[in-house]
Amino acid sequence: MANIKVNDLNLWYGDFQALINVNAHFTQNKITAMIGPSGCGKSTLLRVFNRMNDLIDGVRQSGEVIIEGENIISEKTDLVLLRKKVGMVFQRPNPFPLSIYENIVFGQKVHAEGLTKLKLDEIVEASLKSVLLWDELKDKLNKSGLSLSLEQKQRLCIARLIAVRPEILLMDEPCSTLDPQATSRIEELMRELKNNYTIIIVTHNMQQAARVSDETGFMLLGELVEFGKTENIFTSPKDKRTEDYITGRYG
Amino acid sequence: MLRHLDEELKELHKEILKMAVFAQEAIYKSIESLKNRDKNMAQDVVNNDNKIDELELSIDEKCIDLIARYQPMAGDLRYITTGMKINAELERIADMAVDISQRSLGLMEKPMLKPLVDIPKLSQVAQNMVRDAIDAFVNRNANLARQVVLADSEADHLRNLVQDELVNEYLARDPKTAERGVALLLIARYLERICDHTTNIAEDVIYMVEAKVVKHHPEGLNN
Repeated sequence: MANIKVNDLNLWYGDFQALINVNAHFTQNKITAMIGPSGCGKSTLLRVFNRMNDLIDGVRQSGEVIIEGENIISEKTDLVLLRKKVGMVFQRPNPFPLSIYENIVFGQKVHAEGLTKLKLDEIVEASLKSVLLWDELKDKLNKSGLSLSLEQKQRLCIARLIAVRPEILLMDEPCSTLDPQATSRIEELMRELKNNYTIIIVTHNMQQAARVSDETGFMLLGELVEFGKTENIFTSPKDKRTEDYITGRYG
Repeated sequence: MLRHLDEELKELHKEILKMAVFAQEAIYKSIESLKNRDKNMAQDVVNNDNKIDELELSIDEKCIDLIARYQPMAGDLRYITTGMKINAELERIADMAVDISQRSLGLMEKPMLKPLVDIPKLSQVAQNMVRDAIDAFVNRNANLARQVVLADSEADHLRNLVQDELVNEYLARDPKTAERGVALLLIARYLERICDHTTNIAEDVIYMVEAKVVKHHPEGLNN
């Protein structure tokens, strides 16, 4: 389990500054929700933690992001290891066009060679159990991951992350394509998973943030305006901008 | 940006103020009827209580409806939950006024035990506290609410004066005064309970405005 310490983080896309002096501490074994209007920098911040922004031309950043004592935005960071430690789930579930089994063991095959079939089977079972899919899918592991329902696909994507034993799970609007019942089940899964992982979720759904997170950060125009316990943010925010946003007066 | 919720909150506000007016009227009439031995006025207070009870239920329903439909946050959430609590306190205040009137009606069948001195004073303290607590709610004035909380000690003092006098000067000396004495003691007690309920309203207003819990934490009354 790891926490994330963000110190004076700034990020630019070319001339545009997307993150401005962000300072935050994401506590281990907690779910932290990042909320804010579109374009405020929440997903950009999320992508800093696994260096996905590196894939975008013209990105530069300054400051520190410390995970387990290491500044992960340093040039010396091993990105493959980082992305093993910090997994990400996206808005649209994206299982590989492979079988359910192959989806889960894919990461293991990248990171660890020479694993026996028995070991891989154990990993698949443990991963699917941790996302409560084992009973449903144990007799269908050879089915394509693409044949599952949206909710199952999202669970499969989480299982795929868990298979490589990350420390941190990043979730970028993980429920926005799901119906309310599926959303509720994924939220329950998140609550279970936080016992073993640090979870950061970006969401436009403030009620979801209020329901599922322990801490919440509100961002606006690249700044982290307010950060604190979820119950305090949603009952008595300190900053008027936070109050205006969460009461729907912003915009 | 004005939201539809703002319109609904305005309506809720009006209803809570209506409740406050009814409660204040009930206190005033209950003591005026006692002072003037006016049976009709006392009976009015008793008869009007149904109207107040119905309004309490309607306000509660509205608050729950707003929570369910709008999932309010922050200041809106504190306002609605405080509104629900104030609603309940005002209904209890009106019930105390009914109790006062019912005791008064019994007293009016008998000669006056003594001139009323401290009970009207206590009633005035209670009415002032209710007025100020509602004022604090309407104007979101946490400092005024704090003053209301602090005024409760004066109410307790006056109630003690009434109690001491009735027990020592009347009940202890002449058992035949027991029925009237106890009725007056109870009236003083009801007025003191009105002040307690008003203190609760004031504490809720402080929470609404400042998100600060002073209930059961009097040290929180310091700014």
